[in-house]
Amino acid sequence: MFERIQELLSPVVLAAIWAACKAIIILLTLVVSAAWMIWLERRLLALWQDRYGPNRVGPFGLGQVIADMIKIFFKEDWMPPFVDKFTFVLAPFLAMMFMMLAFALIPITPNWGVFAPDLGMLLFFAIAGLAVYAVMLGGWSSNSKYSLLGGLRSTAQTISYEVFMGISLMGIVAQAGTFNLREIVLWQEQHIWFVIPQFFGFLVWCLAGIAVTHRTPFDLPEAESELAAGYHTEYSGMKFGMFFVGEYVGIVMVSGLTTALFFGGWDGPFSEHVPFLWFAIKCFIFMSGFILLRAALPRPRYDHMMSFAWKICLPLSLINLLATAGIMLWAGN
Amino acid sequence: MSQTLAILHGIWTQFRSIGMIFMHSFRPRNVISYPEVKPPVPPRYRGRIVLTRDPDGDERCVACNLCAVACPVGCISLQKAERPEDGRWYPEFFRINFSRCIFCGLCEEACPTNAIQLTPDYELCEYDRQNLVYEKEHLQIAGPGKYHDYNFYRVAGMSITGKGKGQALNEDAPIDVKSLLP
Ligand code: SF4
Ligand code: SF4
Repeated sequence: MFERIQELLSPVVLAAIWAACKAIIILLTLVVSAAWMIWLERRLLALWQDRYGPNRVGPFGLGQVIADMIKIFFKEDWMPPFVDKFTFVLAPFLAMMFMMLAFALIPITPNWGVFAPDLGMLLFFAIAGLAVYAVMLGGWSSNSKYSLLGGLRSTAQTISYEVFMGISLMGIVAQAGTFNLREIVLWQEQHIWFVIPQFFGFLVWCLAGIAVTHRTPFDLPEAESELAAGYHTEYSGMKFGMFFVGEYVGIVMVSGLTTALFFGGWDGPFSEHVPFLWFAIKCFIFMSGFILLRAALPRPRYDHMMSFAWKICLPLSLINLLATAGIMLWAGN
Repeated sequence: MSQTLAILHGIWTQFRSIGMIFMHSFRPRNVISYPEVKPPVPPRYRGRIVLTRDPDGDERCVACNLCAVACPVGCISLQKAERPEDGRWYPEFFRINFSRCIFCGLCEEACPTNAIQLTPDYELCEYDRQNLVYEKEHLQIAGPGKYHDYNFYRVAGMSITGKGKGQALNEDAPIDVKSLLP
């Protein structure tokens, strides 16, 4: 009996179990930090609007998230009679799932990270493209005008921003010579953070990243002042909560990706001792940046946003890619 | 060319507003921590409604119903009664539903006797909605409120026991229309 257990717990099996545990720990950390980002956002928005924000529940109001979660769990989960039931329930799950799935690709420290396939970046584009289905299905199945408009906007927005999001990252791929995110970080550790050679790529990526997460100023799919709440107008209770947390998971994911792609991931002074600290600090700065944008910028008109995407961002990222390629060829000879 | 400049200028203004908002991190917060620190309230603040008494200690309200008609949300209801001793009118019951009241102050403006008055008390929270319906015993206070000297029955022409026609303040004796004498 004992031997059989020992046999079963061969190093390969143990490694697999350990990898699964790691994945679960990363997943839990992601969800918890996304939930607490709601608190962070409210506190930071308050700071920039000369208010305090939630500061009553627990130290610094940190318990507010728990209180809100309890509230949203016990809220009536009402489904309007006119919706398409299956799709209506499916959409919030998709919204959260795809964002979490994309996070699996991000290398966190030299030893941590869920998985790093060789075509990691392409896989990320695929997942980001699929994420639009959550919003689109949510908007369509709600069978209400506002939701449908929100879903339509989101579809158009994501499709147009997806295009140059891909192109803006191709400069990195060209320089690092790989689609593997972990190897891209390792390349930066040895050479230089990509934010310097790929500065225009970084700018375009930032815009695309905001558009993909539907955050202000590109929150036109939700646009409270025009569309009630956009694609999740008809949602309530936990289903709304999943859309909501999914959005924050998206922010954490895009921040992590920006860190890994442009700011050297875990790289920094003493990074061999505290790699996670550097990753977390960089992520935190980008997450705060998302909130600062929300505090500072108004929402553009829809057609302005689309024409900006196609007329400025797309040419900019194409020029960036061409220039990168040209310089590389010139330097290579 | 000018279009490029316009785009660059637009980008600059965006960054400028981001920077300006960020500088708010270092500003003091413009907040009063309410339950611990009470905000200063002006004396004419429109809060909880009271029914006052005249300087003699009698109810001021004469149950004229003007406040109830003036009320835009219709949250006042009352019933007139007459005191048998001196013929003064008074409300038999007087009820304000504070869950409907919008604290507009129109009832105070309509009241001919200064009976109904709004006070600076704004802490009107209840767990049970029914508790927001205030009856006369909850509304009636012991003093004259904001107007210390006003006494309706002493200035109005209405006769009650102890004050006949023409005996009110600044009032002349009534003209005897049946007499021919000047
Ligand atoms: S304050 Fe306005 S709403 Fe309230 S009882 Fe008076 S008239 Fe009615
Ligand atoms: S409170 Fe004033 S307006 Fe209202 S019934 Fe009494 S006397 Fe008339």
